[in-house]
Amino acid sequence: MENIGKTIKNNIRQYAMLIALVVIMIFFQIATGGILLYPMNVTNLVLQNSYVLILAIGMTLCILTGGNIDLSVGSVVAFVGAVSGSLMINMKMPMFPAILITLGVGLLIGLWQGFWIAYVRIPAFIVTLAGMLIFRGLTNTILRGLTLAPYPKEYQVISGGFVPDFLNFFGAGFNVTTIVVGLVFSLLYVIMATRKRKERAKYGFENTPTPFFIIQTIIVMGGIMLLSYWLSAYKGIPVIFVIIAALVAGYTVFTQNTVPGRYIYAMGGNEKAARLSGVNTNKVLFFTYVNMAVLATVAGISFSSRINSASPVAGQNFELDAIAACFIGGASVTGGVGTVIGAIIGALVMGVLNNGMSIMGVGIDLQMTIKGLVLLIAVAFDVISKRRSRG
Amino acid sequence: MGTILEMRNITKIFPGVKALDNVNFKVEAGEIHALVGENGAGKSTLMNVLSGIYPYGTYSGEIIYEGKACAFRDIRDSERVGIAIIHQELALQPYMSIAENLFLGNERHKSGFINWNRTQLEARELLKRVKLNESTQTLVKDIGVGKQQLVEIAKALAKKAKLLILDEPTAALNDEDSDNLLNLILELKKDGITCILISHKLHEVLKVADSITILRDGAAIETLKVGVDVIDEDRIIKGMVGRTLVNRFPRREPKIGEVVFEVRDWNVYHPQIPDRKVIKNVSIKVRRGEVVGISGLMGAGRTELAMSLFGKVYGTRISGKIFKDGKQVEFNTVRDAIDHGVSYLTEDRKSAGLILIDDIRHNITLPSLKKISKRSFVDQNREILVAEEYRKKLDIKSSSILQKTGNLSGGNQQKVVLSKWIFSRPDVLILDEPTRGIDVGAKYEIYTIINQLADEGKSIIFISSELPEILGICDRIYVMNEGRMVGELTREEASSESIMKCIMQSNREVV
Repeated sequence: MENIGKTIKNNIRQYAMLIALVVIMIFFQIATGGILLYPMNVTNLVLQNSYVLILAIGMTLCILTGGNIDLSVGSVVAFVGAVSGSLMINMKMPMFPAILITLGVGLLIGLWQGFWIAYVRIPAFIVTLAGMLIFRGLTNTILRGLTLAPYPKEYQVISGGFVPDFLNFFGAGFNVTTIVVGLVFSLLYVIMATRKRKERAKYGFENTPTPFFIIQTIIVMGGIMLLSYWLSAYKGIPVIFVIIAALVAGYTVFTQNTVPGRYIYAMGGNEKAARLSGVNTNKVLFFTYVNMAVLATVAGISFSSRINSASPVAGQNFELDAIAACFIGGASVTGGVGTVIGAIIGALVMGVLNNGMSIMGVGIDLQMTIKGLVLLIAVAFDVISKRRSRG
Repeated sequence: MGTILEMRNITKIFPGVKALDNVNFKVEAGEIHALVGENGAGKSTLMNVLSGIYPYGTYSGEIIYEGKACAFRDIRDSERVGIAIIHQELALQPYMSIAENLFLGNERHKSGFINWNRTQLEARELLKRVKLNESTQTLVKDIGVGKQQLVEIAKALAKKAKLLILDEPTAALNDEDSDNLLNLILELKKDGITCILISHKLHEVLKVADSITILRDGAAIETLKVGVDVIDEDRIIKGMVGRTLVNRFPRREPKIGEVVFEVRDWNVYHPQIPDRKVIKNVSIKVRRGEVVGISGLMGAGRTELAMSLFGKVYGTRISGKIFKDGKQVEFNTVRDAIDHGVSYLTEDRKSAGLILIDDIRHNITLPSLKKISKRSFVDQNREILVAEEYRKKLDIKSSSILQKTGNLSGGNQQKVVLSKWIFSRPDVLILDEPTRGIDVGAKYEIYTIINQLADEGKSIIFISSELPEILGICDRIYVMNEGRMVGELTREEASSESIMKCIMQSNREVV
């Protein structure tokens, strides 16, 4: 019994933000008279927040290395938009080579900033603040202060398109493929979770008690099925959702299960100890900033595709949204603590707040104030609960 | 002139360690009173009690200063009555001028506004008193350590200090600056200022002190009076080290093989001060199954030697040769060293040895993640098995391998660091102060682990400031002083006296 109490207590802190997200969603569901969870609105939530979700993944890694942030990502989003716009709209280049070149430009930006941060050891704050100015300036230079539009149709698919409903043989009124994909993933989850449990049992490791395991599995399956129901009732799975899901899965595995991922955590936990344990901390730092710029480029492509234009004012304050998402999601300001999933939940909290308040007709001014307070309260909760657990 | 200070029955206990045990310490007004003892004998602790750094209530005993019982809550309380302590690490603000530093926290002001004229004027007076010929406007970073030390003393005088405590004031000074400083102390004595001098350099103590109190293992052994007792360096050393040795060290029959690790003509320069040579022509050898000690006082350069060997983590312009199993090797990074079978346990486990916010499991595997991973994917089941194995083997007292290392006791933290390096499977393990700050029982366990490692054929380099443990567990001992190897002693030759003699002799040669 005591054991179960402990498990609940441990998990509550771990899931605190997830619970908060659910509470916020229920609140807005009631306050908006059910509009928040309209199938169309759920799809919109995903589309609207796609860029923050992508940026938050990269930002998590930066923050993990020691509380470093990247202030340049908003400007990089605008800059790569300008690059892709010039290539496709002005020069009429086909989409795939244009996207490849744009990603290459993102890589170069990462190499540039990573060099100053990791090898010259100029604080990331300064380098990326400079980057914020530089890339905003270059965006204006390329676009000559004007907005480029429209992109070719196929480019708009990236953030406006949906996976075709190729399994709908009977002309059903909902998206059959989405439901099938949801079922497949639920099943996969159960298989993998059970296998992991068996493996742990084989080694004689401690497992969560069976009732908890069952409840946990039901909740996760329910979540997957609920989401696929919502998506199927509108237009199906958005293309950008597939990209984000792949990124989240990939980066979760990378940070939790690979050697370089563990080096990032080690560096943020204690850089000196990590270095004296043979971790090449310069390389780790360099990689995280290169990676951040590449992800900012992906976000930039998705954003320019969504607004169907390359604008000199695109991406303003995106860096702040991404940073806020990470900290709401439980990342430590000094590094070494935080997860990709946490940052995603943090980004969703912000996204639901934005969306819900907009539906309710709350003004932008009040929205900003409320988001600021939520950030402050979330981090305060984290700091205070940590202090308690220590004392 | 009478007694200015009397400390009665001072006892100070840290978790697991009795740092001061019923110490009585008496200082006459206007004298220079030297406080000597080995590292860890309790000198600094005693002075921290006196100056209020350890506030009243955290120790037991009485402090009577100028006839009144005192209960200092912090350093400001002690400063108010005229006690000023100058620490080994200077507490000056490098980017402020000398004048600003002199009155830091003690500003010459009128209702909150600084009176710069008075500041400059009084600063000039103070500099004259300590015979420092510098402009009051010079930034502290632009003057040498010797002059900085004088600024510190002037700062104490600005607070109207009557009792000056100097903790190893000459440790970082060259001979000329040291002489200067000692002469200044003698001058100040004429003005009636009392001085407590902590020093390892016995010839300096003999030059200026009127009385010498010897501390050993947290107890005041004796106080010698110049002119009453017959005092020379040997007499002091005997007082410092003459302890009764109980069986605090596990026994081992050494089985020593061929030379595994050798360093020849190792030279290292200071990373910030480019022409300061920190390690001077050091050559050492370690054999299979051998525990080799490096003894020396604080600041002798032992840690710097180890860290410069371990992937050049410390120092610049490093030259010399390293041989591993007879082949010359070069360690440019920590990874190189680890991959060649050389590991280094750092002196400071909290700031450089552990990731305190992470658990036992991740700390143990960090340097060896490649060993438990396939194509960069960490096998987390194996990781748990490894961590469990070491938790059992080294008896790390913890709730589980998922406990954060920051919540472990000092001894158990050290066992985690040891596990981490043992799992990296080194041939040569450099241990830097592995028993610092941990209690006697845990020390014994760590000695036992060291013995086991040596029996398995590993070579251990054991750096320690505590003579008894060096004597207790090493097969051979190098003595280091001021960046040089000044002696090599076999187990039979080694004694506290012979080691201290090596150090003192080399000091005398430099003088």
